[in-house]
Amino acid sequence: MLDWLPPNISTIGQEIDNFFYVIYYITNTVFFLVMATLIYFLIKYRYKEGREAKYYHGNNTLEVVWASVTLVALLILALASQPLWSKIKQDIPPSDIVVQITGKQFNWEVLYPGPDNIFGTGDDYQIDNNLHVPVNRVVRIVLKSKDVIHSFFVPSLRLKQDAIPGREILAWFEANKTGKYEIPCAELCGFGHSGMLGYLFVHSPEDYQKWQQETWPPDIEEVGL
Amino acid sequence: MTSATAVKEVHTTHERQGFLKTYIFSLDHKMIAKQFLLLGLFMIWIGGGLALLLRWQLAYPEQPLPLIGASEQYLETGEPQSSMDRFWDSELSKSDDEQGWLTKRMPVGIITPAFYNALFTMHATIMIFFVVMPILIGCFGNFLIPLMIGAGDMAFPSLNMLSFWIAVLAGIIMIAGFLVPGGHAASGWTAYAPLSSDPTWTGVDWGQNLWCISLVVLGISSLMGSINYITTIINMRAPGMTFMRLPLVIWSLFIVAILLLLALPVLTAAIAMLLFDRLAGTTFFNAAGGGDPLLWQHLFWFFGHPEVYILILPAMGVVSEILPVFSRKPIFGYKAMVLALSGIAFLGWIVWGHHMFQSGMNPALGATFMISTMLISVPSAIKTFNWLGTLWGGNITFPAPMLNALAFVSMFVIGGLSGIYMASTVVDIFIHDTYYIVAHIHYVVFGGSIFGLFAAAYYWFPKMFGRMMNQTLSKVHFWFTFIPFNCTFFPMHILGIGGHMRRIYNPMQYEFLQQFEGWNIFISISAFVLGFSQLIFLFNFFWSMFKGKKADDNPWKATTLEWTTATPPPHGNFDVLPTVYHGPCEYSVPGAKKDFTMQTENVDLQAMSGNGGNGA
Repeated sequence: MLDWLPPNISTIGQEIDNFFYVIYYITNTVFFLVMATLIYFLIKYRYKEGREAKYYHGNNTLEVVWASVTLVALLILALASQPLWSKIKQDIPPSDIVVQITGKQFNWEVLYPGPDNIFGTGDDYQIDNNLHVPVNRVVRIVLKSKDVIHSFFVPSLRLKQDAIPGREILAWFEANKTGKYEIPCAELCGFGHSGMLGYLFVHSPEDYQKWQQETWPPDIEEVGL
Repeated sequence: MTSATAVKEVHTTHERQGFLKTYIFSLDHKMIAKQFLLLGLFMIWIGGGLALLLRWQLAYPEQPLPLIGASEQYLETGEPQSSMDRFWDSELSKSDDEQGWLTKRMPVGIITPAFYNALFTMHATIMIFFVVMPILIGCFGNFLIPLMIGAGDMAFPSLNMLSFWIAVLAGIIMIAGFLVPGGHAASGWTAYAPLSSDPTWTGVDWGQNLWCISLVVLGISSLMGSINYITTIINMRAPGMTFMRLPLVIWSLFIVAILLLLALPVLTAAIAMLLFDRLAGTTFFNAAGGGDPLLWQHLFWFFGHPEVYILILPAMGVVSEILPVFSRKPIFGYKAMVLALSGIAFLGWIVWGHHMFQSGMNPALGATFMISTMLISVPSAIKTFNWLGTLWGGNITFPAPMLNALAFVSMFVIGGLSGIYMASTVVDIFIHDTYYIVAHIHYVVFGGSIFGLFAAAYYWFPKMFGRMMNQTLSKVHFWFTFIPFNCTFFPMHILGIGGHMRRIYNPMQYEFLQQFEGWNIFISISAFVLGFSQLIFLFNFFWSMFKGKKADDNPWKATTLEWTTATPPPHGNFDVLPTVYHGPCEYSVPGAKKDFTMQTENVDLQAMSGNGGNGA
């Protein structure tokens, strides 16, 4: 079943997947043990004429042991994943590139600060649904929404973050493989929710520069405005 | 006990009543229970039908439905071939205003995206609020509480009757939403604002308003029910029926009633705010007006997570009742079960944020909610352990109630374990809002609550209707439910791992989901089989009601109080108010004449069995 995970292209994706695998193996082991016990009991203790069932009300020691083992295992799991969670959602690293992405029914508006690297100036560059980034660079995303809640989901980056009207939410990623990947909206946003789809283009540094030169407006200062 | 005696006197002096008083405005908890059962069994066909429409669209996106859809030739050439073609042909030639209900929702038999959103919204709403709650809580709560605690009726019979008819009113309002212009609510059963709070975003006007009003009305009904349950359990237990002698199903209904009492006002308040936003121009959830969309999510899930336990706890109680009966053993760890229930009742209030890890809520809260969520899985683990412990060393038979109870245990294990993935904040980043969540909730609410519901229906049917359900049909129904259920919902885990989003109209719009077309078709075919198999239950249920074998007073040889009275029980339940001498599941007591000792039998278990079966 693990083959179904989409190919990972982000620096933190492998760590997320590893937690997924750990939980996968733990839960599968527990599942098969519980089911094996259940089926064994059902066969071994199936009705037989004259068999006397045990008169037994339980065992507190066993209950406490079982509960404690479960509790400790789950707490370890929770605490072990906490640093990764902080890394992804709380400690946003310094970034090379900042992009503003605004969800609206039913498109992603992608806004670059332009050559001067400042948002809100005349040389900002906006396109719909296409996010171009260079490979191996930290990209910071400022996530906004114009109307309802959307969710910025890049399966290959293992990245998902809701965009909420009235808030600016920060997210980040670093892609380590070039290519074209899909950016669906993952939160129901109206009748056009299905098909609200953007694309992530991860370029080599040269290709990224080429794309910038071809599409971005000229630097305001350089042309002397 | 004075109130119990008073109620008893009222009921034993009862005259024969007319049709209206007996079947419609009955004050008898057993009749009200049956009314709730019929309400749920009616609504399950609507809720299930909506699900099958969804599955058609997901397997065969944007293709006309079978039977009512237009033919392929007609769609290609415009030449009507069949009577349906001619119908669609004439419908499409009409102006927008004149087009019929069907044409607005599925022109030429193809479901529109807007209608698709209404379908999954209403599937969940109906299944949760009008199927699982009326049957597990309304029906079995009403039927079992007085009978199992040894009371003549509920504490407030008139309130009980009102509670049912208000639920019917809520149901009518909810169904009416399908008929209003603009269509029914289409913002998901979770109704996330601002999609739900401003008609501009969905185009749904009175559909969403009626959805709100219906749930407020239903909340009143549930509140009446829960007050009644709590009062009855606290005040009307038979002599000797201490709390620690209560059957576990009564314990779970008691906890559920408390959760309902505390959770529903939160939902009602949130929905009132939503309605004000929609109708009165307030901006509770509108950021532009100073409100906050996340406020809705906090309020909704503060209600919503206890609600999940409201749906599953009664089924857990049912299973804790049935496993001992067909294992002929006392329940393993009765006190641990009660403690686990109470633990859930407490922890259930501090886990709601795990629905909101990716919502934009302060990520620092993620850790808190992850830990509280991990904690709440401990009571569930204890329960599963105790169910296994109950089977150990038993003498197990497999009639239909037992098969469904065992299905509950195994499906609940899957639903519980898959919950650990989303409890982990980092793994949740990927699987949040995917089919993994859909698989999880269906393993808990269908695999759990619905199998619990079937187990309860098969087990208590004889006491309710005085006849046995046909065992062969019951078993056929079980296997035709259990296997298609797993074929329907297990592959959804695979879709979820592939990143398949939930609530999307057409997965084929996405390149990375193309590979799942085969799975989606497989899931849908399984779902159709699952849906149509329920006809077996329906037939068995109504056929057995009139033609089934007459049932004895205690057909399963169980020990609790409902089996000490006549089948079906008379008005007032017991000829003589029972006195209780020991706990609810004393099976196979060494030295006893038979392998079950009724709660009313005045015998000294300790003396008979040596150590009282307390184990090591």
